[in-house]
Amino acid sequence: MENFNYHRPATVSAAAALLKKSKDGTYMSGGHTLLPTMKVGLASPTDIIDLTAIKGFSGITVSASAVVIKAGTTHMEVATSAAVKKAIPALWEMAGKIGGVHVRHRGTIGGSIANSDPAADYPSACVGLGATIITDKRKIPADSFFTGMFETALKPGEIITAVSFPIPKKSSHQKFPNPASRYALTGVFMSQDKAGKVRVAVTGAGPMVFRVTDMEAALGKSFAASALSGISVKSKGLNTDMHATAEYRAHLISVLAKRAVEAAK
Amino acid sequence: MSDTGIGARVLRKEDQRFITGKGRYTDDINLKDQTFAYFVRSPHAHATIKSINTAKAKKMPGVVDIFTSKEVEQDKIGGLICGWMIHSKDGSPMKAGPHPILASGKVRFVGDQVAVVIAETRAQAKAAAEAVAISYGVLPHVIDAADAMKSNAQVHDVAPDNRVYNWSIGDEAATAAAFKSAAHVTKLDLINNRLIPNAMETRAAIGSYDTGSDHYTLYTTSQNPHVARLVISAFHGLAPEHKLRVIAPDVGGGFGSKIFIYGEEVVCVWASKRIGGRPVKWTADRSEAFLSDAHGRDHVTHAELAMDDSGKITALRVNTKASMGAYLSTFSAAVPTYLYATLLSGQYNIPNIYAEVDAVYTNTAPVDAYRGAGRPEATYVVERIVETAARELKMDPAEFRRKNFITSFPHQTPVIFTYDAGDYGASLDKALELSDYKNFASRKALSAKNGKLRGVGFSAYIEACGIAPSAAVGSLGAGVGLWESAEVRVNAVGTVEVLTGSHSHGQGHETTFAQLVSDRLGIDINNVAIVHGDTDKVQMGMGTYGSRSGAVGMTAVSKALDKIEAKAKRVAAAVMEASTDDIEFKNGTFTVKGTDKKMAFGEVALAAYVGHKINSSEIELGLKETSFHDPSNFVFPAGVHICEVEVDADTGLTKIASYTAVDDFGTIINPMIVEGQVQGGVAQGIGQALIEGCTYDKESGQLLTGSFMDYNMPRAANMPHIENFKLGFTFTKCPSNPLGMKGCGEAGAIAAPPAVINAITDAIGVRDIAMPATPLTVWNAMQPMKRAAE
Amino acid sequence: MTAVSMKVNGKAVAGDVESRKLLVDFIRENLGLTGTHVGCDTSQCGACVVHIDGKAVKSCTVLTVACEGMDITTIEGIAKNGKLHPMQQAFHEEHGLQCGFCTPGMIMSSIDIVKRNGKKVSEDVIRRELSGNICRCTGYHNIVAAVQSAAGKM
Repeated sequence: MENFNYHRPATVSAAAALLKKSKDGTYMSGGHTLLPTMKVGLASPTDIIDLTAIKGFSGITVSASAVVIKAGTTHMEVATSAAVKKAIPALWEMAGKIGGVHVRHRGTIGGSIANSDPAADYPSACVGLGATIITDKRKIPADSFFTGMFETALKPGEIITAVSFPIPKKSSHQKFPNPASRYALTGVFMSQDKAGKVRVAVTGAGPMVFRVTDMEAALGKSFAASALSGISVKSKGLNTDMHATAEYRAHLISVLAKRAVEAAK
Repeated sequence: MSDTGIGARVLRKEDQRFITGKGRYTDDINLKDQTFAYFVRSPHAHATIKSINTAKAKKMPGVVDIFTSKEVEQDKIGGLICGWMIHSKDGSPMKAGPHPILASGKVRFVGDQVAVVIAETRAQAKAAAEAVAISYGVLPHVIDAADAMKSNAQVHDVAPDNRVYNWSIGDEAATAAAFKSAAHVTKLDLINNRLIPNAMETRAAIGSYDTGSDHYTLYTTSQNPHVARLVISAFHGLAPEHKLRVIAPDVGGGFGSKIFIYGEEVVCVWASKRIGGRPVKWTADRSEAFLSDAHGRDHVTHAELAMDDSGKITALRVNTKASMGAYLSTFSAAVPTYLYATLLSGQYNIPNIYAEVDAVYTNTAPVDAYRGAGRPEATYVVERIVETAARELKMDPAEFRRKNFITSFPHQTPVIFTYDAGDYGASLDKALELSDYKNFASRKALSAKNGKLRGVGFSAYIEACGIAPSAAVGSLGAGVGLWESAEVRVNAVGTVEVLTGSHSHGQGHETTFAQLVSDRLGIDINNVAIVHGDTDKVQMGMGTYGSRSGAVGMTAVSKALDKIEAKAKRVAAAVMEASTDDIEFKNGTFTVKGTDKKMAFGEVALAAYVGHKINSSEIELGLKETSFHDPSNFVFPAGVHICEVEVDADTGLTKIASYTAVDDFGTIINPMIVEGQVQGGVAQGIGQALIEGCTYDKESGQLLTGSFMDYNMPRAANMPHIENFKLGFTFTKCPSNPLGMKGCGEAGAIAAPPAVINAITDAIGVRDIAMPATPLTVWNAMQPMKRAAE
Repeated sequence: MTAVSMKVNGKAVAGDVESRKLLVDFIRENLGLTGTHVGCDTSQCGACVVHIDGKAVKSCTVLTVACEGMDITTIEGIAKNGKLHPMQQAFHEEHGLQCGFCTPGMIMSSIDIVKRNGKKVSEDVIRRELSGNICRCTGYHNIVAAVQSAAGKM
């Protein structure tokens, strides 16, 4: 891996200034995507701006209507938070299924979302719960935040500071992991808000997280697995690789969605 | 039985250093003034090397030198060899293409090493390696064994149809006749998936040349350092054996992949002299290991089984294409022949067997022995087709096997081997009992209630281990003898050092070999040290593979101990002024029959060294003996494994619901260690059956499963729960060695794949399914049935 | 080069390192603590696991410069006053290792698992939480048994 300049600013504004000043810099949080990418030579930034020393950059607050997780909060902190478990059990459960223990100790929600990995878990939670991504500049609805494979609506230099998840009536997360990498081969995050509106977000199956609107409509009418009978996801546009074909992934979405409805709480 | 003797569950003596971080693996060793090597590897599956320009790279920071085949040829360093000659059935010798330590003129697989950069740091070597400019002329390539003989890609000039040999065994005409008169014939096409060994320690080497003494030292991750020294001396011509010391220190797993002599280690030791004697260190990245370690399996087979109208097997006919990869690795030629087709009789009395094997070159990494080596492939063929035949005949698979078991010994199979001892029915009975086979139907019903499909599969495996009588393997084409050596050095105070040619890289020899000594000499196990892995310390030995350290290596120790005991008796007789015939030795004490005279083992040792009370013109002083043990036969461990799976029909995900392994390994020195070998072997077998598979892209020739991100390694959650993994043992003594041992290292990996696949095919009701039976593969296999049902 | 200082196994250490120096390389090369191993280059195998401020992490995926002021524990630092840590003792007694290469990482991960999940950690949780540590020798059977055994003694 190529060498780089390393910075560890104490404030968000200092981080943004450092990035602006760098030739080809990048932010780093847990580093569990960036460093492996650099090790194989697929990234060689001139500067790494480590966000983990920023004061007040991590923490979880739960109100009556939302769970707000600051960007530098690790997956392990979410997965061991009694407050998150109580407010959005599916979010709590999902965090405990990301990577392995070591990844959960280091990886953060901000880093995961900013990366928009097509097989990552957090994007499905954001879209599946209708979260709002809060940056140092603005608030972005999850639906418009993820724009493509490894692409987001973030402007150059913009830093995610927190994610706000509205507390739903019910939610559920179902993951079918890739047996090798443990990323989601296909994952479904589903929620039903207090008004009965349903969101079904899928990760791992396409180029980026996406919603299955047919299922959402059917479940909006009747939140039961039987409502999904007859609704199949088209395989066109889904990923095919040696671990799974598009047809298999389409099928898994249906299976996981049914299981999600049954397990929702 | 003493609490540290044969049969005791002695905790391992070697653990202390490993659990405290004090193990000493090759990469942990750093020599003064060392440099670092990084290899430039081919990005193409098959190409001519048009030119190599190292000028720019040589100027990069820290670069000491860069070598290619040009320098190798200047120094007349020989190529890598295949140590086993196979002759085709027409009598012609196998077609071995050249295998230089750095590719010369042509690259033949993605990862083939073309040049080596030596620099002050690893990072500098790697950076400069990227700057070596190589111009390639891309050639057509072939990836699959099934395509090799009809491909327009020609891997080696010597083999125009990419065929290394066309070998056969057995009586073709008699087998054909048996098929003609068969009442029932079962046919099956099988693929034994290619695997990547992935010992957790990657290969590494440090070569060091001493300009003062014109002497080389090589630290390397080897299962057989003496064989490495022999080959590097005799075939690479680097230095005569007395000028080359090979040390294999702690080695982090081998599974076969570290038997072989590889180009990288030869380059390190050669290059050290080239750069003036500074040591050259190389440690493979895991990505390099994926590309360049010898892979395993990769067979395509058509098999046919003939039966009479009572369900007795009358003949087996097998046709196999085996990929050798791009070059013939050290033992590769023997794997799909004498380690494979000789086991096609399984545990069954099959009067007629005929097998034909085409070994072919492909543009992939070399394929060689991997845990089981040929025997897993044979067992997969036999146990899959036997299970399939039983289903076709609507016979219980256990009873169909029992009906065809060999029951009297010795038994001569039609494919060379003479099985010396066994009781296959006893293993089957015990496995049926441990697995609670009689209540399978109720478990199946319970699974069905939970929406899961449950299936059961058997595997009655046999393997030939210990490899084996030197004259026999020589007549079959081996380039070396397959004996083992031991030296037992008794120190003056009665402590013991055993120098063994066996090499431990996880097997626990430092404990089990010491148990044997403790048992025989009646001394504390802590007074025994096992020395191995260093050609300067240990006499010539053959190393560890083929589950041979017990049956061959320990027998050598046992024979040396016989000599020690005989000599010690003479010493004791002299000191106690008695006749040697009257000396008895028991529990570490020498006594004179009919008297109360006695000497402890340590006292006798001291007497042998001080020489005060013995006539040294009659008895040579000292107490040190050597044995070179050449076995009289292979050993034949066998057993019955039963696997139950639960398949989630919605996703195709298979869970090992339970696994039962009953093995007959003959005498067991340390049950704890033997159980560990079975558990580990079964994990590799379950890995092969369910998740592991090496995939090259047919179009590009690139390795798709080139990291742990894509190659599925078994994890803790892939294995059955502790309470659902049952082990049992049966016992028949091996008659060909005094300890009665058979060998246990490979059994699990040999037995498990057909047990798992038989269970899955039972669960989902298909005739065959490809390995690895991943969720995708299982789900795909179920689609036609679902469509039919709809 | 950046000056960095931290505590490793209770002792203050310092060094000048390039920004790109991975913690595992600092531990192995600069400190000579070779019990922490490298088994892959994709952050998958777990042979390099150490504790940073008491949490199990893969030291192949952490920059040395990012550990300024932190408290690192490696396999060499868990035995106290010559007495093995209960997890080390359990790996020995349950035969939870063969070649020993993955063992340091396994032990460091296992301590973390027990610390977070308590004495009665279930077999399912142990197996799931060992997903980031690969062993090729043991089939995990005795590793799981060792973690269960140590859990009661920690």
